[in-house]
Amino acid sequence: MQARKDGLAMPVAIQAEPVVPKRETGVSRWLRHVRHVLTSNPVTLLAFVLLTVILSAAILGPALVPYDPLQTNASQQMKPPSWAHWFGTDQLGRDVFSRVVVAARLDLIISVAAVALSFVFGSALGAVSGYFGGWCDKLVGRLCDTIMAFPLFVLAMGIVAALGNTVDNIIYATAIINLPFYVRMARAEVNVRRNAGFVQAARLSGNSDWRILALHIFPNALPPMMVQISLNMGWAILNAAGLSFIGLGVRPPTPEWGIMVAEGANYIVSGEWWLAVFPGLALMLAVFTFNLLGDGLRDIVDPQRRT
Amino acid sequence: MASATKLRILGQRSLQALPALVGIIIVTFVLTRALPGDPAVYFAGPAADARSIAEIRKQLGLDRTLIEQFGIYLRQLAQGDLGQSISTGQPVIKELVNRLPASIELTLVALLLSALVAIPLGILAATRPDTWVDHLCRFVTTAGVSLPTFFTGILLVYVFYYLLGWAPAPMGRLNVMYLSPPHVTGFFTIDALLAGDLETLRATLAQLILPATTLGLFTLAPLARMTRGSMLQVLGSDFVRTARAAGLSGRKVLFTYAFRNALLPVITTLGMVFSFTLGANVLVEKVFAWPGIGSYAIEALVVSDYAAVQGFVLAMAILFVALNLVIDVAYTLVDPRVGIEG
Repeated sequence: MQARKDGLAMPVAIQAEPVVPKRETGVSRWLRHVRHVLTSNPVTLLAFVLLTVILSAAILGPALVPYDPLQTNASQQMKPPSWAHWFGTDQLGRDVFSRVVVAARLDLIISVAAVALSFVFGSALGAVSGYFGGWCDKLVGRLCDTIMAFPLFVLAMGIVAALGNTVDNIIYATAIINLPFYVRMARAEVNVRRNAGFVQAARLSGNSDWRILALHIFPNALPPMMVQISLNMGWAILNAAGLSFIGLGVRPPTPEWGIMVAEGANYIVSGEWWLAVFPGLALMLAVFTFNLLGDGLRDIVDPQRRT
Repeated sequence: MASATKLRILGQRSLQALPALVGIIIVTFVLTRALPGDPAVYFAGPAADARSIAEIRKQLGLDRTLIEQFGIYLRQLAQGDLGQSISTGQPVIKELVNRLPASIELTLVALLLSALVAIPLGILAATRPDTWVDHLCRFVTTAGVSLPTFFTGILLVYVFYYLLGWAPAPMGRLNVMYLSPPHVTGFFTIDALLAGDLETLRATLAQLILPATTLGLFTLAPLARMTRGSMLQVLGSDFVRTARAAGLSGRKVLFTYAFRNALLPVITTLGMVFSFTLGANVLVEKVFAWPGIGSYAIEALVVSDYAAVQGFVLAMAILFVALNLVIDVAYTLVDPRVGIEG
């Protein structure tokens, strides 16, 4: 390692120990890979920057915003955007900018929770059915087919209507309609590897089926699943916002992008555009970010499917 | 010979729709019974007393076992009985049938519009890679999937109704100034044409154009993406190279050989597009106060009218299965390879 710092000693060091200069610690190799990923495609870099912005809004939002998002102000109703209120104020005099920023947390919580649920359950079901096959595979396949037989947003509406109109049930409904995508993906990824060389080697050295599945096959199936998660996040956000737009889940005073667009829609025909446009743009930006991120990750994981 | 094979394939495909149908019926049954609390209380409505609730429970068969209840549910379905809507007091099936043409008209016009733009765009992008058309196509497909349908709708209303004043107010299928055309098909555009009433036709189209564009923008992205992808694949294939080498004109190669083969994957993926379109339809109907089955379901959701919502879910699911069946039948009829090897 010293040889690398000293430029003059470098050639000697390489001759003596050819492997040493190439060896890196895990962290630095990971950082180099991340840098390669970010610099090779400026769009992916942009996506990461946007992701940071959205995440900081979600985490620090309530501390950053200039006004209380729930504070009504009778003297400031329906003011167009100005220096005091960047995104204007709504029909109750609440600051739209503060509401849009604070809403990021709830929207992200809903979609992250939904995607996490469907990833955990979907990949477990898919991996088991892809590895063992048989009746278990048939049953899981039939379950997915049944979910996919519905127009998915409509199924989510029905589930929320049946389970009750709460934010939790929006999460469950979004998780259920996303489930088939994860099941199918995990099943396919596990299925192609179940008789690969390294799996046979692991089996011969006496590993149990479950151990092989969990420690040998599944980690290899993860990269393509990550791409799916990122592409899916955008869709989950759209779905959750759509559900709250039609009046499901989130209740009115709570700041959330879908319901803010729905409230603003009533004023758009009379020209108060800022009520609906800013939360809508925030929603678009979030979805756009996750889609770009997914496309970028896909190019890295699977260059063949680049579009 | 070939047509007999095709018929057999079509028959098999129709049978394959049955498990999906069974699954749908089971799921909607479970959803009806998974209501929080006592379904009888919900179906009885807010003004019911204990006696009428007990009566409803008996009437709905809720005092029996689940299997028996499922049997009753099936019998009611077979008779086209989806229950009564609490809010309107009408049978759900009747309202759905009344409102269905509005939804279908909107969806079909939207799909037509987006196919008219998406397919040429996809072909141009595939034949001219890395030119401005290709970049435009990529931009449209990436932006299109990020656009919330309800938000595009609101933006269009703001620009074309409020700012420019070109479009009529986003209030349903027909301006109140006009009488709806005599009912023949339920599609206002066709009914107005049949009645020879061009003024009403113009008014109908004026109301239709913004919601259809909104929905069309939503389906544009997947369609253009698929057309471009499958066109690129076909253009790189051996038979296109052979056709070019044989000296056929570029136009003939493109349209007779490449396009017809590239269309097949596009048709199969239409099913997924339909799934999203039927969902997006609900949102667009809300934005434009479109009196279709989507806005019916939203109104029902607001007042917890469960029979109506479940009826809507069932109707949409059956519609979706039927659409998928139609797509597959179309695929079988279009694909020249089907039936040759059999």
